[in-house]
Amino acid sequence: MAPSIEARQLSKNYGRFTALSSLDLKIQGTKCVGFLGPNGAGKTTTMKILTGLIRATKGTALINGVDVSKDKKGALASCSTLIETPEIYPSLTPKEALSMLCEIRGVPKEEKNKRIDEALARVKMTEWEGKKVGGFSKGMKQRVNIASTLLSDPEVIILDEPSTGLDPRGMSEVRDIVMSLKDRLVFMSSHLLAEVTEVCQEVAMIDHGKLLVYDTIENVTAKFAGGGGAIEVGFAGAVEEPLRLRVSKIPGVLSVTKSNDRHLIVKFDNAAVTQDRLFELVAGLKAGALSFTPASGLEDAYLSLIKETL
Amino acid sequence: MSDQHPRTKVGSLSHVWISAKYNFLNYFRARRFYVMLAIILIISGLLTALVGYYRPPGFVGGNALGFYGAGWGSFANFVVVLSAAFFGGDAISGEFQNRTGYYLVPNPIRRSAIYVGKWIAALAASTIVLAVFALIMVANGLFYFPGSIPWQFVESVAFAFVYMVAALSLAFAFSSLFKNSSISILMSVILLLFVFDVVDTVTSIVAGIEPWFSITYGAGIVSNILTVPYPAAKSVTPVGPGGRFAIAQFNATVPEGLLILGVYFIVMAVLGLVLFERKEFTS
Ligand SMILES: Nc1ncnc2c1ncn2[C@@H]1O[C@H](COP(=O)(O)OP(=O)(O)OP(=O)(O)O)[C@@H](O)[C@H]1O
Ligand SMILES: [Mg+2]
Repeated sequence: MAPSIEARQLSKNYGRFTALSSLDLKIQGTKCVGFLGPNGAGKTTTMKILTGLIRATKGTALINGVDVSKDKKGALASCSTLIETPEIYPSLTPKEALSMLCEIRGVPKEEKNKRIDEALARVKMTEWEGKKVGGFSKGMKQRVNIASTLLSDPEVIILDEPSTGLDPRGMSEVRDIVMSLKDRLVFMSSHLLAEVTEVCQEVAMIDHGKLLVYDTIENVTAKFAGGGGAIEVGFAGAVEEPLRLRVSKIPGVLSVTKSNDRHLIVKFDNAAVTQDRLFELVAGLKAGALSFTPASGLEDAYLSLIKETL
Repeated sequence: MSDQHPRTKVGSLSHVWISAKYNFLNYFRARRFYVMLAIILIISGLLTALVGYYRPPGFVGGNALGFYGAGWGSFANFVVVLSAAFFGGDAISGEFQNRTGYYLVPNPIRRSAIYVGKWIAALAASTIVLAVFALIMVANGLFYFPGSIPWQFVESVAFAFVYMVAALSLAFAFSSLFKNSSISILMSVILLLFVFDVVDTVTSIVAGIEPWFSITYGAGIVSNILTVPYPAAKSVTPVGPGGRFAIAQFNATVPEGLLILGVYFIVMAVLGLVLFERKEFTS
């Protein structure tokens, strides 16, 4: 049977506040699914219910078809999790912490050491394997946490913002690790759209505890990013209104919005102007354009789906 | 995939043992364990030195039983309460406050297995502390009264262990009730060291009722057994002009004490477990 994660009419209230509202989501098969949404959207809440850390107010959460609230042990038998930067008993070493999980998860004795060594090597923590976790930095702890999810070769992996606290190299290593997790179902929340675009095939977006869309990245991008291309232009100095207007008068340009002080997002009609022609035209304004980055289609879709946060 | 990397099914009993093992490892390496041992060593060191220097008749004037009554009898319950609060008082609340529960709980393991394992680890750590104190008492006792360890002392040590089992369950229940470790430790200490004692005294003196509902009343058997003859179950002392008022004093008999401690153990263990099962990991 293909690995699966399913939420049926999942709701969670904190007092009168509704953090999750009748969420229906069924993910099945071996792939990586990104879980997107603004701060407070309910991503962590969903994942906590899926892993038995909290209980749903209403609805059912299933992993591989097993109801988590009825049989957590069975539901998580082949599912490993990383929810919100966990802490390890401070006086244990990474080796011992991983050893504990191997024993809980029933990794055969003769394979245990090999698996622990492999997992620690994957997150580049081998030289720290014998030191107490209590003294580790946030990012080092998170590396051990990531190693913990790789131990028992699970069919389902639930990751809540796995790159939290990691340095740039660490983030890129996490991307490589997730991409190498073939033949598995990975469900990963993240705010890094570039990361999601790179490693995931599908995305689910939620806001205010409600599911907005669940589809492949191509479909989401095609449906919600609006036709045409988008490019982000960086300038040497602050962007003033006259400059924005001048850019928007370039033939083929559909809209120009300031993304921050020195950046403009330029949407254009592919039929009327190509990306390299646009590049020349913007540079021709001699307004100090420094960089041209194609805006991610996912980001575009995200911004148009999620109008405002909180 | 599962064929490639076999996984064996792990039973809940094995899970209890795994939880106990790693929690004990954590206790054994933590500063707290050594602070607790240091407290015990200071208490018994002071006791040894003062008794050796002043030779108070209350300790060494009579027989071996008198010695154990004055030394062990006066301090054993204090040691039990401190170790129960130290090792059990934040066992569960710490998992929430320190976020270690986020590492352990979302795994294929029942919460009850985690709980019982932690309880066993705490019991092991507390037993070591109590045993160290008992051994130092025995060494002192044998120095002053060579060749005789009264059987009442052996019983008293056994009762202290039973008290520890009950007190640990109570501390665990408090640790499941609160999310803040300092509060749950403090509550356990205050309750076991002061509140129950005050309640015992007030109910017996003011109301004249036997405080059969109190864990510390039941724990009275730890020191009572060292008194010969065993203190009366109820004694009334007339006070005031012409003896118009009567102050009642109660002492738990051995079966009564064991029953009270046993009931506390069971009720508190179940209560704590139910609380932990229902508790949510929210921040
Ligand atoms: N214990 C709690 N009591 C009250 N409200 C809570 C509690 N925990 C979470 N919430 C609320 O539930 C909502 C969803 O929170 P959740 O942590 O699931 O968001 P998220 O999508 O993971 O956000 P982020 O991207 O910031 O991690 C938030 O509005 C939050 O304030
Ligand atoms: Mg979150």
